[in-house]
Amino acid sequence: MERQLTTAAPAQLPREDLVERKPGRRARRVVQDDADRGILSAADWRRPHVRVVGTLLTVLLGACLLVVGLAPVLWLLKSAVTPTQDTLMHPLALFPGGVAWSNLAKAWNDVQIGNYFFNTIWMAAGEWAVQLLVATTGGFALSVLRPKYGGIISGLVLATLFVPAVVLLVPLYLTVLHPPLIGHSLINTFWAVWLPAGASAFNVLLVMRFFDSLPREVFEAAKTDGAGTFRLFWSVVLPMSKPILGVVSVFAINAAWADFLWPNLVLKDIGIQPLSVRLPQIQSSTDLGVYLAALAIATLIPVVIFLLFQRTFLRGGGLGGAVKG
Amino acid sequence: MSVQTTARTTSLEHAARDRRRHNPITWVQRGGLTTLIFLLPLLLIFGVFSWTPIVEAVVMSFQKTNLVTAPVFVGWDNFVAVFEDPVFWIAVRNTGYFAGLALLFGYPIPLVAAVLMSEVRRMKGLYSVLAYLPVVIPPVVSVLLWKIFYDASPTGVFNTILGWFGIPPQPWIQDAATAMPSLVLEATWAGAGGTIIIYLAALTSVAPDLYDAAEVDGASIWGKIWHVTLPQLRGILFITLILQIIATAQVFLQPFLFTGGGPVDSTMTILLLIYQYAFTQSLGGAYGQATALSLMLAVFLAILSVVYFRLTARWSDN
Repeated sequence: MERQLTTAAPAQLPREDLVERKPGRRARRVVQDDADRGILSAADWRRPHVRVVGTLLTVLLGACLLVVGLAPVLWLLKSAVTPTQDTLMHPLALFPGGVAWSNLAKAWNDVQIGNYFFNTIWMAAGEWAVQLLVATTGGFALSVLRPKYGGIISGLVLATLFVPAVVLLVPLYLTVLHPPLIGHSLINTFWAVWLPAGASAFNVLLVMRFFDSLPREVFEAAKTDGAGTFRLFWSVVLPMSKPILGVVSVFAINAAWADFLWPNLVLKDIGIQPLSVRLPQIQSSTDLGVYLAALAIATLIPVVIFLLFQRTFLRGGGLGGAVKG
Repeated sequence: MSVQTTARTTSLEHAARDRRRHNPITWVQRGGLTTLIFLLPLLLIFGVFSWTPIVEAVVMSFQKTNLVTAPVFVGWDNFVAVFEDPVFWIAVRNTGYFAGLALLFGYPIPLVAAVLMSEVRRMKGLYSVLAYLPVVIPPVVSVLLWKIFYDASPTGVFNTILGWFGIPPQPWIQDAATAMPSLVLEATWAGAGGTIIIYLAALTSVAPDLYDAAEVDGASIWGKIWHVTLPQLRGILFITLILQIIATAQVFLQPFLFTGGGPVDSTMTILLLIYQYAFTQSLGGAYGQATALSLMLAVFLAILSVVYFRLTARWSDN
């Protein structure tokens, strides 16, 4: 749900970045950076006071970003292994009373963060699979097979982008409570989070735009060589689409990890709740040090994914997380 | 032999004629069914979890539903009930306050940061990573972490830092006056990185020739920012503004987790009220009222966006 609140126009995604990102990109970027210029010209930089003020601002900006961006994360990591009393009395001191590694073990075992951790992974994996299935098969049908009625369906998918997620909240809840055909409630099953996650217009449009850009001659050649539609999808289109599938995957996993409102509504059973739902509930009953260790564990995977796939986040990334407030 | 051959040719002719016509068999033969099979996941998922609920939202807002008896059509009653709820007006005011403060804090900061960052010559990537880091921390963890930072005791994290500068401890989220600004501060921290990345992308697409030309005309650094950079960013600045307003009008996580709407309703927002109508024990089950309010919010935002784009289109022409 959260993710849908912040969808931006996919038109902003620089598509060429998705296609041509392969070896040698770092080298190319350096050359580019030298070649194209910003507001300040080389001549500007040679002027002494510009150089001083510019360098000063750069350092100041870096310091601000360190304090604002990195310091809270470092504080969390530090406090996760600090005895509760030290965090309470001297929150900014560095291990005045030694290190409490036991916080981590307590959080993982006693508070069962390990359990919720795996619930979160399971939830994210399912959401990822459903989103990828819907976006690739749907995108393939609409962009490659192009049935006559395809325009109407694309339009209907696009239209959902303009409906704020909050409108769906109650009716979607009632749908999951009394789903059609199945006959029993999906509440307290992972299907309740997996299936609605698939209805992401953003993913479908992203994949469609990419499939549209693939050369149609390749499809024709594959058909001439006797490839059926399924073969075309599985052996031709999907392997060509790895970049966009990577983008969709990274966003899907991250969004699943971040989601709170929806799982909080439909996963009432403590045994299957993800971290985001469980963490607020255990706050009052958990020792602060152990609790901070739990928060640190919950932060680990998204931050690691971010550091691994920086480029995906920073190039296409502004779209998803943008303008939250 | 000859009989068989003629029989075969006529069946072929039939098939050819059939192909010209439209019938289910030729449709299948031409791959219509295969296409539909590929579309099935999308149609099922969007049908059940997106299109139907959207229609239902409209229908439900005119109904009284309690999940036990059949829904009853009640006309505009749900909307009237929302308007007569005094908390609704508090929620509208608070949401407006949140959106306004978020614009005040959150709109200029990413722009200034992005313009400065675009001029950084070394370790540019590191700057971006640092700026984006708060965005990738799960929102729930961010809020819970800031809740600890906001500890109102003198040994709270923020109060300790204030103490270094001789500023007395603040109540933060404990007090009706400071609660909302505290929420906005966290939301800005959590969201600014995303906007910075958008601006950075837009800044790299500003044509260097424009700066060259401005320099030929003798523009100063400020002149270049004012006459080249900002006008070039105008389109994206308009878009991020309306997107931010739309997002902040639906703020939920911060009031829900920080304060639960308190103290004394000072952080009660529209989404929190919708949630309470539908899902909170005391009020719970007012599904009609909840959908009516969410529909009103959606329509309001839609109208706002249309008006906004009309206006900005006119300004862009000038």
